[in-house]
Amino acid sequence: MCLAIPGKIVEIIDAENFIAKVEVGGVRRGVNIGMLDDVQIGDWVLVHVGFAMSKIDEKQAAETLRTLQELGAYQEEFDQFKTTID
Amino acid sequence: MKFIDEYRQSDLALKLAEKIATISDKPLKLMEVCGGHTHAIFKYGIEDLLPPNIEMIHGPGCPVCVIPLGRTDDCISLALEPNVIFTTFGDMMRVPGSHTNLLDAKAKGADVRMVYSPLDALKIAKQNPTRHVIFLALGFETTSPSTAMTILQAEKDNIENFSVFCNHIMIVPSLKAMLDSPDLQLDGFVGPGHVSTVIGTRCYEFVPREYGKPLVVAGFEPLDILQAVYMIVKQISEGRAEVENQYGRVVSPDGNCKALEVLSEVFEPRDYFEWRGLGSIAHSGMKLKPKYAQFDAELKFDVPGLKVADPKACQCGEILKGVKKPWECKVFGTACTPETPIGSCMVSSEGACAAYYNFGRLSKIAQRSANSGVR
Repeated sequence: MCLAIPGKIVEIIDAENFIAKVEVGGVRRGVNIGMLDDVQIGDWVLVHVGFAMSKIDEKQAAETLRTLQELGAYQEEFDQFKTTID
Repeated sequence: MKFIDEYRQSDLALKLAEKIATISDKPLKLMEVCGGHTHAIFKYGIEDLLPPNIEMIHGPGCPVCVIPLGRTDDCISLALEPNVIFTTFGDMMRVPGSHTNLLDAKAKGADVRMVYSPLDALKIAKQNPTRHVIFLALGFETTSPSTAMTILQAEKDNIENFSVFCNHIMIVPSLKAMLDSPDLQLDGFVGPGHVSTVIGTRCYEFVPREYGKPLVVAGFEPLDILQAVYMIVKQISEGRAEVENQYGRVVSPDGNCKALEVLSEVFEPRDYFEWRGLGSIAHSGMKLKPKYAQFDAELKFDVPGLKVADPKACQCGEILKGVKKPWECKVFGTACTPETPIGSCMVSSEGACAAYYNFGRLSKIAQRSANSGVR
């Protein structure tokens, strides 16, 4: 359960509360970016339980995504990511 | 070699495995601490690639697996409190307490809801101002900063109907406990990947310094894990013991300073925390600082807090310490399966028992059993 999935920052929606829209596999949801410095639109981040934990580059994001998919761990994380309570 | 064709770069993996075999033929026991690594090792059949002198011990890195029975009972008791919405990550739903689990409690009318993020639990609290929302916080340092951030947000937003049942644990004290355990002889560690994005690699320096064992932080690709094993074996063969970072593309020596800051703002170590199978480990659990007592479910509610012994038939403890292999447990695959788990190692997909069971390492089990005369 310590796995994090890569996503791309597509919009800063609430700068005061550090919430950005992050896209993972075509799905977008709000993610807290308060633990990272200098997050820009277009950055790739590792997302864990709704928080961006570290910045990565696009190549690492692709690698991580591939590994998680192979592990069968991606679907589970992705399904949880998709659940929103808005 | 069932899984080796399934991933790219299998040539490289085979080459790495060969290199590992050439540098040492000493019997070595290496522990991977992270449940994600355990899952990957089984999924990719990495143990089949490694030379026979290298044995992987699957450590206590699955947070769900190390929650003791008594704490699970506490969760169920909190979920059954009147007017409470109990929120949890999905992994905990089927973890058996001494009589029942959260899924059964929900069936009996408790309002138990699965959430993806602690922030979702906070949102539920905002949407239900007349009810009290408890979030079951568990996990290592990958997850605990998120709980801390959520508590800070709750304070900022003045939310009074939200609290956290804190079961966060720390990786370093558990490593120390493993190293101090007299019945366990380990030669080196594959360090956790995503936990280390938060805590960095410097905090592991005590492992080589005080215990003379190498530790290599690794990523989750099969090649990452094999490379980490190679780096450990190489250190041993050269008489070195150091902390090395195979996952430098994601993990830095100092970790995520902001995450560490919020952790120390909100939490403090408990004197002792009970781990399933490992017993009580000093300073290994976290609790909310008195400053945030208003968000502490343990202070807001009557939590039974009873210590409950594991079922006699269940050998999760020995398995978590790597003293026994899953197939050496009397109930493995018979009374205890992923559908009807007795022990927590069978519940989570990161638990060693579930991994053995799900990935059908049965031929290997049969072979090992024949060799060792077990069953």
